[in-house]
Amino acid sequence: MSAVLWQLLQIVLVVAVSPLITGWVRLVKSRLNGRTGASPFQPYRDIYRLLQKEAVVAHSASWVFRAAPYVTFGSVWLAACIVPAFTTNLFLAQAADLIALVALLGVARFWTALAGMDIGTSFGGLGASREMMIASLAEPAMLMVTFSLSLISGTTAPAQIIAFILSGGVGIEVSLGLALAALVMVAIAENGRIPIDNPATHLELTMVHEAMVLEYSGRHLALMEGAGMVRLTLFMALIGGLFAPWGMAQAGDGVLAVLVGLGAFLAKCFILATALGVFETSIAKMRVFRYADFLGGALLLGLLATIFLYVSEAV
Amino acid sequence: MGAQISYDIAHLIGATVLMAGFQLLYQRRLFAVLNTFAFQALALAAAAAWQANIQHAPHLYVTAGIALVFKAIIVPIALHWLVEQLGIHKNVETAMSIGWTMMAGVALVALSILLVLPVTAGAAALTRESLALAMSVVLLGLLMMITRRNAVTQVVGFMALENGLILAAVSAKGMPLVVEISVAFSVLVAMTLFGIFFFRIRERFDTLELADLETHRGDRQ
Repeated sequence: MSAVLWQLLQIVLVVAVSPLITGWVRLVKSRLNGRTGASPFQPYRDIYRLLQKEAVVAHSASWVFRAAPYVTFGSVWLAACIVPAFTTNLFLAQAADLIALVALLGVARFWTALAGMDIGTSFGGLGASREMMIASLAEPAMLMVTFSLSLISGTTAPAQIIAFILSGGVGIEVSLGLALAALVMVAIAENGRIPIDNPATHLELTMVHEAMVLEYSGRHLALMEGAGMVRLTLFMALIGGLFAPWGMAQAGDGVLAVLVGLGAFLAKCFILATALGVFETSIAKMRVFRYADFLGGALLLGLLATIFLYVSEAV
Repeated sequence: MGAQISYDIAHLIGATVLMAGFQLLYQRRLFAVLNTFAFQALALAAAAAWQANIQHAPHLYVTAGIALVFKAIIVPIALHWLVEQLGIHKNVETAMSIGWTMMAGVALVALSILLVLPVTAGAAALTRESLALAMSVVLLGLLMMITRRNAVTQVVGFMALENGLILAAVSAKGMPLVVEISVAFSVLVAMTLFGIFFFRIRERFDTLELADLETHRGDRQ
């Protein structure tokens, strides 16, 4: 019964805190650039404003364009519900594993790319083709990380991996370090952060994600932006949960442990968001043709993580 | 459990050295290569110091000190200065594309593991992991020497290779001549460095003169 309760809490939590995390990243970046920056609560106001506005749809748009925001947001939201944020005792944790997570994110990306091409503007098509290129490079790397983690813990379900790591079944492994590096690189690419894509740009030549959602307005745009924010929170929960699971509540723990888990989750998000802001400020965007090198590097790191498992006999 | 954790940390530092080796293959700009090399030497110094700590072998602190002062500070600064003096263009030309080089690097890591596994069949998993890491760093250094055509990056590749040797030496327990070996190698590296650069400077001036002549001839036509 408590599993259902905590699952409901997680469903609300990921949507509730994700604008704050995005807002915090923006604030950190503004401060580092010497600007005052907007309040970290600004994304809430933006989304509220967008929800009030009328959604304008192009004449050439088909039903795909209208459906895409709902499908995208829905699948990202569902993916975020699978990843244990503050407790492993989740109702949906048994229903899906990390491979299903990759698939759900793939569905979201597929629909966003379809919507980008649907209206027939050149920017949408350009953004969609680039997004698909990034996806084809990032997904194998993500799956490789999944494989190395599941070889260590004997399962692909995130809740059980976290429980295994928390139980002290695994020490400080070289493979874990390599997998962490690979996952961080994948997360940067999946969220369209700076070396791959600039989330704040509207320059035609460089935008990827922004190019696909250029034609959206009103509630559709709110959902698309919300999906991006939830995806960022999802990856923070994933990285914080898999590689720093301390403080997370487990099955059988009381309300107090769950409160500790909530606090730990928010603290981890805060640290990761600050680190992301610092990282994005200190690095320049990459040329499109170098994506393959960057994400190929992530794939190779994942591969190395798997190889080293066999050396250290952790399998 | 305490010994286990200290070995795990040693391996983690070794893996950092290996990652720096991959980073060296990935970097294209000369200054970035030098900075990455300095980072690798820093990680090597940390690895040696950590081994000195867990093996209770004070002479390894000397190895760590040599790595820190000589390789992480003096050599990168000297190379920075040389690159600026020579006015070498900032882009590193590679014989293969970065992607293929990285893939070859992973293949080399797999190769070193395949080599280490049968050789150390009787040894503990800990020794195997250290040896596999060190061997991979050596092979990546070799790969860097093969794939780069610039003298500076080739020297960096050679010194990365040597980092791998020192990593192997400090990881094996009871290696008596580590300090001497590392000093000898450092001298060798310095010799190679200056030898290549004297040759390189002369060669540079020649090519510069030739280029001048050719542009003059082009102007007249």
